[in-house]
Amino acid sequence: MIKLKLNKLPINVNEVLASVSSTEAGAIDIFVGSVRSKTANKQVVRLEYEAYDAMAMREMEKIAEEAMEKWPVHKIAIHHRKGILEVSDIAVVVAVSTSHRQESFEACKFIIDSLKQRVPIWKKEVFNDGEEWVSAHA
Amino acid sequence: MKIDILLFGITRDIIGSSKLNYEIPENTEVQTLLENLKSTYPKLQDLTSVLVAVNNEYSRENQVLKAKDEIALIPPVSGG
Repeated sequence: MIKLKLNKLPINVNEVLASVSSTEAGAIDIFVGSVRSKTANKQVVRLEYEAYDAMAMREMEKIAEEAMEKWPVHKIAIHHRKGILEVSDIAVVVAVSTSHRQESFEACKFIIDSLKQRVPIWKKEVFNDGEEWVSAHA
Repeated sequence: MKIDILLFGITRDIIGSSKLNYEIPENTEVQTLLENLKSTYPKLQDLTSVLVAVNNEYSRENQVLKAKDEIALIPPVSGG
């Protein structure tokens, strides 16, 4: 079972956790990505996230399906936030339930790594003296 | 034919709109569209990468564009 969300609402980690719980699961691995206060020694004021919604949902679904083919996963949840986020806000949560811990670690890492590579979501870092789309330029 | 190109992130900033109405010949391939856009908007050449999505999927370079396709430019993603 795959549960995906992409919207401007604050992410509730307990809700994500509950959405992957299963009586068959002996392990749940959760990754939480949050907004860091500094990038290359520059103070971050806020991040602005935007997404190509339809394609982002589709890519997240494909990634979750790939994870289910590679590992014996019971449930996967991916919640990504968009809009304006402040330092320490949660931007993304990935949760994976499996029978045993090893595959939950591996599947969760695969999902967040793939999300960062492929899912059409962008963030702009806003500093006191300017702003920059992350990764846009080498 | 005329196509609409959806723009996000830095490509929207460079082109100055979230949707670009753009004229291309029939049977234009993805790579040709990208070359044309890069010559019209040279700042696109400074980006680490620009990909084209067609109907919510990453496209192939030699994919032929149709008037009804949903086309989007995908600058380097930075989710998470």
